[in-house]
Amino acid sequence: MKHTVAALVEDRPGVLNRVASLFRRRGFNIDSLAVGTTEEAGISRMTIVVEGAEGIAVQVERQLDKLIDVVAVEDLTNLETVSRELALIKVAARPDQRREILDLIQIFRAQVVDVAPNSLIVQITAAGDTLDALLENLRPYGVREMVRTGVIALTRGARTTAVPHESAEARRFHSESGRRPEGELPFVTE
Amino acid sequence: MTMMSGADIVLESLKRLGVDTVFGYPGGVVLPLYDRWPAHPEVRHILVRHEQGAGHAADGYARASGKLGVALATSGPGATNLVTAITTAHMDSVPTLFITGNVGRELLGRDGFQEADITGITMPTVKHNYLVMRAEDLAYTFAEAAYIATTGRKGSVHIDIPKDVFLEQADFVWPETIEIRGYRPQTVGDTVLIEEAAAIINAAERPIIFAGHGIILGNAAPELRDFAEKTGTPVLNTLLGLGSLPPEHALAYGMMGMHGSYWANHAASNADVIVALGMRMDDRALGRFADMNPTAKVVHVDIDPAEHGKNIPTHVPIVGDVKVVLAQLLDAVEVNSHAEWVRWIDDLRNDHRLSMSVPPGEEMSQQHVISKIAQFIGPEAVLTTGVGQHQMWAAQFGNISRPHQLITSGGLGTMGFEVPAAMGAAVACPDRAVWTICGDGGFQMTFQEIATMVDEQLPVKMAIMNNGFLGMVRQWQELFYGNNYVSVAMSQPDFLKLAEAYGIHGIRVTDRSQVDAALKEAAAYPGPVILDFRVEAEGNVFPMVPAGASLSETIEEPQRVG
Ligand SMILES: Cc1ncc(C[n+]2csc(CCOP(=O)(O)OP(=O)(O)O)c2C)c(N)n1
Ligand SMILES: [Mg+2]
Repeated sequence: MKHTVAALVEDRPGVLNRVASLFRRRGFNIDSLAVGTTEEAGISRMTIVVEGAEGIAVQVERQLDKLIDVVAVEDLTNLETVSRELALIKVAARPDQRREILDLIQIFRAQVVDVAPNSLIVQITAAGDTLDALLENLRPYGVREMVRTGVIALTRGARTTAVPHESAEARRFHSESGRRPEGELPFVTE
Repeated sequence: MTMMSGADIVLESLKRLGVDTVFGYPGGVVLPLYDRWPAHPEVRHILVRHEQGAGHAADGYARASGKLGVALATSGPGATNLVTAITTAHMDSVPTLFITGNVGRELLGRDGFQEADITGITMPTVKHNYLVMRAEDLAYTFAEAAYIATTGRKGSVHIDIPKDVFLEQADFVWPETIEIRGYRPQTVGDTVLIEEAAAIINAAERPIIFAGHGIILGNAAPELRDFAEKTGTPVLNTLLGLGSLPPEHALAYGMMGMHGSYWANHAASNADVIVALGMRMDDRALGRFADMNPTAKVVHVDIDPAEHGKNIPTHVPIVGDVKVVLAQLLDAVEVNSHAEWVRWIDDLRNDHRLSMSVPPGEEMSQQHVISKIAQFIGPEAVLTTGVGQHQMWAAQFGNISRPHQLITSGGLGTMGFEVPAAMGAAVACPDRAVWTICGDGGFQMTFQEIATMVDEQLPVKMAIMNNGFLGMVRQWQELFYGNNYVSVAMSQPDFLKLAEAYGIHGIRVTDRSQVDAALKEAAAYPGPVILDFRVEAEGNVFPMVPAGASLSETIEEPQRVG
């Protein structure tokens, strides 16, 4: 079964490494991982989909929470959420097939964002299973390349994942320390 | 505010943290730090002979004193040599701080001379680590690192510092308080869960306590005793929990687990309520998880929420500091005695005492030597061990009676821990006798620290259990691989000549009749001593739960298994 866990993390060097290392070491299977900035500077949100037995989400949540750089964790699996994933799908499409494909993707509220003589790029933003369904329908034409962002999710309603408060000094330290100072020698590239 | 160099900030920070000793080893990138050391005589630097020794010494120091242990190494090979010690300390939740130097900032990531990605290497084996890129962040980093290492579930923290950061000038600003929103250890147990636990404990007919290292790390031995006495609950210990209740206590039933007693393992398997305190349900303590005791109700108190339900299902998981939670539980539980249940365990103990006794006969068994040592040095001494048969016999016959008495690598099982850990304990506890029971194998992994002990006048008594074998491995080959001994017999150097080479005292003991005199002689000698005990070569540690078996399948004598 799939579990969706959201982790709010300090946006500092190494944090992705810490999370990835933990998943590898504990044998948790990552289905998808999406990272991005949040409403608060210095805090990133990771949305992690984990494949595993019933109890695994609890271990994932607690092990993540043990990381000092992880500020808050929440298992979203059984909460009311809006969850979305974006995909770009490059489909082989002869000019005579274009119309058919356009009709098809309209049902999924997807768009064509690039057209070439023998291919198109379809963009879709949807819940994971809708995206899978579109993909199945496009396969007969030939899917030449595809990229998915991984699921992101927020709980419905006013409720948010609680982030504890921190003093300004601590905030400065946690958001700045460990970074390379400005103006360092760049790597020579040629 | 005062401007100073990064090196001065490091040393000033250590002073603020009350660190009196650093076990270390210099090298190119930490030279700026060593250069400033003479200006900070309050922090003693002990020059070891190998960084692993520095790490285990810091660990032994911390386990013996309860204070933060600190070790230092240079970049690259110095740093990687620390890794075993970092992992050893972390697996046993020992509050330790490891400091490494790294190449200068502009060289990071360019594979320069002696660059190792040491923060990348230690990441999964520490509680937290830092790469400090600016001198102005050093003081805060040290304060936070020490706070993390010594609070919550304690553990090892690592700080990596590029060479030029030691030289950079910055203001020394010591933080008044530490606040980390991603780290909020919970100390007080949830009151609803305390009530639930109390109800289960009050209704228990055959309750049992599993007391682990948390009791010792959390200074909760008095609370454990009060709780056990009020509820009339017998107490079993994990290896690292030994010392939380003295063996002569009416409710103390000793060690459970792979080499625990028959009665302890059967009590664990037959209890109807398990109260697990400051322990992490390790496989060596519990045997096969599924069959440990599937019908018992489990109350599990641990400060680390991730330990609850990790290995076995828990009915009442209480997150909190075991000292605080035990006080809460004490108020909530009723006075009880479980006379019939206690008698059942007592009868079991009477019937099976033999398998936990010094074997009869004239042979110089390790059991005999170790119980003699324990008797002679008494519980006020500190006893460290390596890993193997001698470790298990030290646990069984060491008469471990007080917290911080036994220092041993439980989680990682690190051979070579014994000598440097004893060295660290001797620094931490100058008023206590420090003895180490060494395997002849483990001793040879780290005995180079004898030179350090000579320099620093640390009178550690090293009792080598010289069986000529990697004994524990040999035992497994005998029992589980049909006597097929492969790469377990070892030739040993002449340990007395080794003592002589280091300018310390050496005593060889080849017969039981010499043991008492040898111990007296060793204790009377003012410096370090090597005791070469020529013990029985092929003794086996029993009782035993074969790997993968359940506690109720404890065997008491050799038998073919599987
Ligand atoms: C560093 C390390 N390497 C290997 C092992 C595996 N191992 C466990 S016990 C043991 C034998 C220990 O021999 P010795 O130190 O002589 O102690 P004895 O069992 O003979 O008392 C070995 C090799 C280990 N625990 N640690
Ligand atoms: Mg041996």
